Amino acid sequence: MQITVDLDLCESHGSCVFAAPEIFSFDDDDHLLYEAAPDDGLRADAEKAAASCPVRAITVAAP
Amino acid sequence: MSAAGHPRDVVIVGASLAGLRAAETLRAEGFTGNLTLVGAEQHAPYDRPPLSKRFLTGQPPAADTALPVPDGLRACWRLGQAAVRLDPYSRIVTLADGTGLPYDGLLIATGAAARSGAAPGEPGPEQGVFTLRGRDDATALRAALTPGRKLLVVGAGFLGGEVAAAGRALGLDVTLVEAGSVPLVRAVGAEVGAFVRTLHREAGIDLRTGTTVAAYRAGPDGRLTGARLTDGRTVAADVAVLALGAVPATGWLAGSGIEAAGGVRTDSRLRALFPDGSAVPGVVAAGDAARVPQPLAGGAAPALGHWSGAVEQGAAAARTLLRGEAAPVFAEVPSFWSDVHGVRLRSVGLPALADTVKVHECDREARRLEVSYHLHGRLVGALTIGRTSRLAAYRRTLAECRP
Repeated sequence: MQITVDLDLCESHGSCVFAAPEIFSFDDDDHLLYEAAPDDGLRADAEKAAASCPVRAITVAAP
Repeated sequence: MSAAGHPRDVVIVGASLAGLRAAETLRAEGFTGNLTLVGAEQHAPYDRPPLSKRFLTGQPPAADTALPVPDGLRACWRLGQAAVRLDPYSRIVTLADGTGLPYDGLLIATGAAARSGAAPGEPGPEQGVFTLRGRDDATALRAALTPGRKLLVVGAGFLGGEVAAAGRALGLDVTLVEAGSVPLVRAVGAEVGAFVRTLHREAGIDLRTGTTVAAYRAGPDGRLTGARLTDGRTVAADVAVLALGAVPATGWLAGSGIEAAGGVRTDSRLRALFPDGSAVPGVVAAGDAARVPQPLAGGAAPALGHWSGAVEQGAAAARTLLRGEAAPVFAEVPSFWSDVHGVRLRSVGLPALADTVKVHECDREARRLEVSYHLHGRLVGALTIGRTSRLAAYRRTLAECRP
């Protein structure tokens, strides 16, 4: 599974961090860090993260 | 009923965020029947949070608040048609033009309306007095917010604070009037309220607390010139925005027998309830129109009106329509955000429940704040400014530690 985040859109709402903490996290300054190729077992969380992003910055694609 | 026990005809009343997410979920989870989306507004689904933020200030990408509608939704759209009646026994929704839509699955997602507080005969948009809920409201307000004018915002809640901040950013003189002793006190407590009060004042907003509008004043042409406040002082204003909260838009359910006062009360799978607590067959509710039991509130069902609630409940209600009792119980931790003066307030849980607020960090210089909310010694929420990174841990605790 391939995760892409459009960092020009990202406003650090953190909804993805709530939905999929094994893929998305923040540094101390609320900058987004994420796993670009997480395990397929996390797909449901990844899709939830994409759906819950208020600015629709996240794309989940098959590898 | 078709194969797998799915309904055949699903009607979604409300073509905004919750309704759209429900429609997407229905199709994603294999619903092949007829899908109708009913919307009171002419607009295709659009996103509301920007309307009190960048939509007003015009910074790109301002104009486009449309929500993407996925290919393959195969929905029949009835836009510009409000639903006016529901008969849950013969299972028919009636639209304003008299059309009857039969259903075997119905989602109520009609959202909320601005509480105007205005008495009949009081000034409206033509005279310069606005409310803000939909895109048409925002378009009209944006046209009125021209630099140099005087803006009066009534109500320093999240919406009022955002509109006041937008007005200031656009170069208007802004007076913000709040009935409480500090902004936001009932929602998130005096500590956060005091922090936000400082932000408003630093931005040059004339914040007046402990008072509200007693009467509006108009010139000979009928246009707003100002207001007299209940503390006896007066405010000059060319434009006023009433930001007095929202009320669930459930008036069309009067006479249906469904419990809809202050929002459609649901069970933990988003099924709409009759007053006796029994589920209305085939009917679910989601988003601002719904009152969903909150585990953090001991199962009480407050009307919340959060963006994330519309997203999560729309999807969950769709799953209940497809799977009934086998659908998961809804137990998402509520969350919301608000943007004022270039900072983000971000919250998880239910801060309004708290009897105790703990301040973990308060740095006005760096514009950082971290507070947690507790009821009877138990965590019920948290809020940060400039520290969203701290919220994930709180949210995890809130999701795990259920009463």
